[in-house]
Amino acid sequence: MTRLDADTGAMPSGSLKAFAELLDRLVLTPSRNGKLRLIATYLADTPDPDRGIALAILAGELSLKAVKANLFRTLAEEHIDPILFRLSYDYVGDLAETVSLVWPQKADNAGSLGLADCVARLEALTRAEAPAVVADLLDRLNPAGRWALIKLATGGLRIGISARLTKQALALYGGKDVAEIEELWHGLKIPYGDLFAWLEGGEKPKNTIIAGFSPVMLSHPLDAALLSNLDLRDYQAEWKWDGIRVQAVGQQGVARLYSRSGEDISGAFPDVVEAIDFDAVIDGELLARVPKTGRTGTFSDLQQRLNRKTVSSTLLAKYPVMVRAYDLLRLDGEDLRERPLSERRERLDTFIANLDSDRFDISPALEIPDAAALSALRANPPEPPIEGVMLKRRDAPYVAGRPKGQWWKWKRDPFNVDAVLMYAQRGHGKRSGIYSDFTFGVWQDGETGLQLVPVGKAYFGFTDAELAELDRFVRNNTVERYGPVRSVRAEPQHGLVLEIAFEGLNRSKRHRSGVAMRFPRISRIRWDKKPIEADRIGALEILLD
Amino acid sequence: MRASELLTVTDSGLYCPPGGFYIDPDRPVDRALVTHGHADHARSGHAHVMATQQTLDIMKIRYGAGFAGAEQAASYGNDLNVGGVHVKFVPAGHILGAAQIVLEFEGVRIVVSGDYKRAPDPTCEPFEPVPCDIFITEATFGLPVFSHPPVVEEIGKLTTSVTDFPERTHVIGAYSLGKAQRLIALLRDNGHDAPIFVHGALERLNAYYVSQGIELGDIRLVANSSAEEMRGAVVIAPPSALGDRWMRRFDDPLPGFASGWMQIRARRRQRGVELPLTLSDHIDWPDLTATISEIGPGEVWVTHGREEATVRWCELNGIKAQPLSLLGFEDEAE
Ligand SMILES: [Zn+2]
Ligand SMILES: [Zn+2]
Repeated sequence: MTRLDADTGAMPSGSLKAFAELLDRLVLTPSRNGKLRLIATYLADTPDPDRGIALAILAGELSLKAVKANLFRTLAEEHIDPILFRLSYDYVGDLAETVSLVWPQKADNAGSLGLADCVARLEALTRAEAPAVVADLLDRLNPAGRWALIKLATGGLRIGISARLTKQALALYGGKDVAEIEELWHGLKIPYGDLFAWLEGGEKPKNTIIAGFSPVMLSHPLDAALLSNLDLRDYQAEWKWDGIRVQAVGQQGVARLYSRSGEDISGAFPDVVEAIDFDAVIDGELLARVPKTGRTGTFSDLQQRLNRKTVSSTLLAKYPVMVRAYDLLRLDGEDLRERPLSERRERLDTFIANLDSDRFDISPALEIPDAAALSALRANPPEPPIEGVMLKRRDAPYVAGRPKGQWWKWKRDPFNVDAVLMYAQRGHGKRSGIYSDFTFGVWQDGETGLQLVPVGKAYFGFTDAELAELDRFVRNNTVERYGPVRSVRAEPQHGLVLEIAFEGLNRSKRHRSGVAMRFPRISRIRWDKKPIEADRIGALEILLD
Repeated sequence: MRASELLTVTDSGLYCPPGGFYIDPDRPVDRALVTHGHADHARSGHAHVMATQQTLDIMKIRYGAGFAGAEQAASYGNDLNVGGVHVKFVPAGHILGAAQIVLEFEGVRIVVSGDYKRAPDPTCEPFEPVPCDIFITEATFGLPVFSHPPVVEEIGKLTTSVTDFPERTHVIGAYSLGKAQRLIALLRDNGHDAPIFVHGALERLNAYYVSQGIELGDIRLVANSSAEEMRGAVVIAPPSALGDRWMRRFDDPLPGFASGWMQIRARRRQRGVELPLTLSDHIDWPDLTATISEIGPGEVWVTHGREEATVRWCELNGIKAQPLSLLGFEDEAE
């Protein structure tokens, strides 16, 4: 019996193979914490500049489209019988994976190729030399590395994690505040040598970027009990707008729009960016505007503009957007963040008055003589894109993160609907083996009478004891199984009614019901109700307008 | 004598007419020769069973003492005579006690490989190639995409994860006969000395492996241990337990699966595992084609698995080959 050497099991640091293995683990690790740890560990184990290249890929800052996928197929078929290739491809179903697996293994140096090396060669690739270079790279990798190479080279790598998560992993790795990383981010260059040096105890990189991002100030949730302890005279009240928190930045002729996590979203909102002709940093809410009326639209309208890299002129005309400003962080080179809110607010009022009102207006301060007035405003907001009220201390400076006792948000009561449990899926992590993801539906008139149509999915809102009961119900009422998913009995007289609380509704083409819930959770299990007593789709549709 | 007269395919499986016996029949017969203890090869209820002593012991553990009317042990390498046919059991490298069965009659030699592999396995005798006229091979992983990574790399993935996530219980699904014990033995060889916790379904087979001189180290039962004790440890369980209520006893378990199928990304996602380990007790494509070349048989017959690709490869390499459509072999959990 030979003793296996633990060291030979480890992958060479910085290799494309190690990066491929990280990607594979990230895909299969459901928990956020687990993903953060995997990335942080990888960064610790990997030398420069490979980890910097990896970071750029993870954060979506680097993508190559050097090679057509078909080249890999052609190359593979030089090494393998076409029928054997077809049988393999049929079985695997993914071209990159098939080629990575059938490529003949050159045993001696497999796995040694570095990530940075590999990316540099792909970036310098000319069309004529592509086949030879790519074949050479494939020869020097193992299957996991080849898979990553093909996905990288063809621009087909889907990481499935957000840029924000990557920055949080950096914060975890270096023991820093994520806000500091976000502030620096846009001024950093691949492969981020100075960033890593700082994370490992060195000097902090200088922020040289023009029109950079300033990390935002966040609020704590409020309730009636907490409210009774506040002296309302110290606070300014505002509506809590139901849009997207943004930061509009102008400096030395450069204009940028950032999301609250510091992602540059300028490309999707040229209409707003065009109107940033000032030297200032505005904190506000991006809202849809109804053309020609001057009114703000719903979150559903705004959705038409979200998650796009670029935007057509038709869409710009049909769904214009604007920024409703509530804070001013910098004006004409002067940093206002240390000043109290009352002063910033005064400067903001004068400043906004001079801007194009189609693109920038102000989130008005509300009159609140007492707590009852605040409750009343919260319960009866005047316009649709409002989801509650905000309280901000008048003397508070603008502090990145979530400082205690400064800003409060009090969301309006959630909406409720009675829905019927339709499918359940086993959870992950602590809940693995337990049916803990629930898809529910409401009644709709179909061709064959009333039918259930799914309207959402919830995986929290219940206690452990309730979860055990839900799990038991699923196991005892299973109709069909599909992998980790079970469909359960959901008939007019037999099934389970769930009271679902949610924050709002969007129109959705992806859902058969035409609506998608925002933040649904199970507020009560209605063992006392029969499915037929659950709500109809009409009860939801009226909320859309 | 033609090979097809020495061995034919019947409804009950492979049958040797001159010897009057079946090999790995899938229903009760009068006389059965059994390659190894996996349930799709070793079934109970035969009147007379010949197998290695270890295979017979394993059948007794799984089916009880009355698993067959009569049993006869065959030692590796011994020349035997069954109904006039010359028979020999040769190590297959698949699991403890697994054998290839070599038949010889009137100058024709057939090797029935059963299940086999060439990858390192501290729990059983390594595969021995036997020159023959007909080689009957399995093709569970008979596609060019199945090139299983070095065992040491896969074990390294598990030990690295245990180091990186010391607060999570690593619950690894592994087929309870063979794969589970091999995984434990490989971990031990790799210097993992901590207690390994096992599902109750593995208890008797583990004890049997230990009685046969396979060292498994400090093995404890999950049922006798607290979530606290098992935090950061490796737990081994039959694959079916991973989707079960049984998992609830662990704090924040990290589910893994040790199987040759884990090489394919879509299969990993299907299983819902976080830590896939490509560890197979079946032969992979490079070893399969190398073994055929090494043995140099006149003809290859291909059984359970992906016969088409293996037959195609043989044709391309000038070796006569045909698929044998044997039903009833399932290696999904392998
Ligand atoms: Zn087997
Ligand atoms: Zn088998």
